[in-house]
Amino acid sequence: MNDIDEIFEEMREGVRNAPVAVKELKEAGRPIVGTYCTFTPWELINAAGGIAVSLCSTSEKPISAAEKHLPRNLCPLIKSSYGFALTDTCPYFHFCDMVVGETTCDGKKKMYELLDALRPTHVMQLPQTTEHTKSLELWKYEIIRLKEVLEERFDVRITDEKLSASIALRNSINAAALRFYNLSTLPDAVVTGKEIMLVSDYLKFTFDYEKAIASVNALTDRLLENYMEGKRRVNVATHRILITGCPMGKSLEKVVEAIEAPECASTVVGFENCGNLKCAHYKVSEDIPPIDALSEKYLSIPCSVMSPNKERIKLLRHYIKKYRADGVAEVILQACHTYNVESYSVRTVLAGDGAQYIAVETDYSQGDVGQLATRLGAFAEML
Amino acid sequence: MPNVGVDIGSTATKGALWNGRSFICCITPTGWAPRESAARAVAQIKRRGRIPHDHDVRVTATGYGRNVFSADRRVTEITCHAAGAHYLVPTARTVLDIGGQDSKVISLYPDGRVADFMMNDKCAAGTGRFLQNMAAHLGCTLADFCGIPEGTPLQPISSMCTVFAESEVIGLLARGVPKESICLGLLDSVAQRAVNLLSRISESGDICFTGGCAQNETLRALIEKKTGRRVTSPKLAQYAGAIGAAIIGGGMQRGD
Repeated sequence: MNDIDEIFEEMREGVRNAPVAVKELKEAGRPIVGTYCTFTPWELINAAGGIAVSLCSTSEKPISAAEKHLPRNLCPLIKSSYGFALTDTCPYFHFCDMVVGETTCDGKKKMYELLDALRPTHVMQLPQTTEHTKSLELWKYEIIRLKEVLEERFDVRITDEKLSASIALRNSINAAALRFYNLSTLPDAVVTGKEIMLVSDYLKFTFDYEKAIASVNALTDRLLENYMEGKRRVNVATHRILITGCPMGKSLEKVVEAIEAPECASTVVGFENCGNLKCAHYKVSEDIPPIDALSEKYLSIPCSVMSPNKERIKLLRHYIKKYRADGVAEVILQACHTYNVESYSVRTVLAGDGAQYIAVETDYSQGDVGQLATRLGAFAEML
Repeated sequence: MPNVGVDIGSTATKGALWNGRSFICCITPTGWAPRESAARAVAQIKRRGRIPHDHDVRVTATGYGRNVFSADRRVTEITCHAAGAHYLVPTARTVLDIGGQDSKVISLYPDGRVADFMMNDKCAAGTGRFLQNMAAHLGCTLADFCGIPEGTPLQPISSMCTVFAESEVIGLLARGVPKESICLGLLDSVAQRAVNLLSRISESGDICFTGGCAQNETLRALIEKKTGRRVTSPKLAQYAGAIGAAIIGGGMQRGD
């Protein structure tokens, strides 16, 4: 194993040990706040002295338990999230004091109503357009409301100073993430898609934030150095694929594996998804009052629940060009209506740009790996 | 070295070999052992092509079983069906393939390369397997779906799902609806599903209809009627994937 693989292995180990880290933080008296979505302003939670943690939502296992209360034809992300909570099999949910959710899609907001019975759940009312100034006003009000809820629950005062400091910290985390993701601007692929997913997870599940930033920056430096020495870790004679669509996670690694299988001869160069570029690309301004800065950043996230969602096309075009993507593969979860409907517009716009696009609809089961291999393999053969 | 294409489908394994003038083809059931059926197809095609069994051939495998067989090259069935259909019906810019477990629509560039494609999802509805299951319930064979007399009244079947359609068929039989009318209704539902898939990928032009179901003339005519487009099922339609694999393996397409 070379030193780069060792760094990746340490990160894997870090992610594996995250439940223990959260347990220790909880025992040390730190507030633990569970979140599901990129819209949650983690800066506020950190400024309240709390730990924001992404709750489990990407495994098939608890879905059948969730279906005791939820309909079957609901997106697997929502069912998995609820099932983990219901069966108390997510360590982060187990340790969290409260959950923060948002009114993103219909399924999620109704699920949060049920979730409140299992753990206090604060739901932020998310306006679904950025086109009217009133939206920003409403969202700012929701950010202030969350601030007040956190202050009351954890008996702290979130001062502007604390908030500015936590904004600066999270900006550094996102900057480290973006610097790593931007290795894909180099002519040859530097890392695999699965390694990109690992680094995103590592940043999400490392609660010693300074250490996380330092490790990712050191990894990026080492990869760059290796690259400049002319060494190539990843098969360079491959097609470069940008992934977009629903949030990726453990059960959806099957898509990345299908793309990166030898038959497919492709490498994933980036993820225009939540928890990845959709989050890291947008910086919180440090030049305006912190509450305004948070409101602006979080409302600009181009989730498919936004209508219209022009910003997503802008972001996609930006990274197709920047990462020199040969093709775009959209991952759509079954019954995710917003991404599924938006897929037609994305396909049409990208076709106009001359970009190759494929959408695959899937769920958290592993029953369709053969079909995925055929679809994505045929897509690679088209490139 | 001679180029052999092997298409390891869910129901049948097809082989194709170019003999310098035309394609020699063979077919064998896939059964439960795709690796063995592929080896059988290679042996059969060698015999037919008068290639001594100890002579090497270059094998390009496609179809769902392509990865279990030690071929020289593996190419997905999308690309192979496109190449095969382009060879069989050079004017067609659209391929409709209805096989044993999936169906797909492929639109082609003029040179036979894939421009776009769409497959049915995770389910055997609207495929050969659907008709096979229904045949079992009707106490007939797939061949009975082919010779439906003209003028038979069509009994609409509303369920697309194999399981629900089964209950519907049992109900219709209990009501005394003639078997031929039910068969025609089932074919019509397969045709409608194919037409829906077609409409998402390509709107006009000739269609090359391939796969096992392309042998059914009634089904072909129904799709033609519903789309108003010319639908051609070439004689070797079932072998399009294997032929495409042999073409790609031999570099007859795109010079690669």
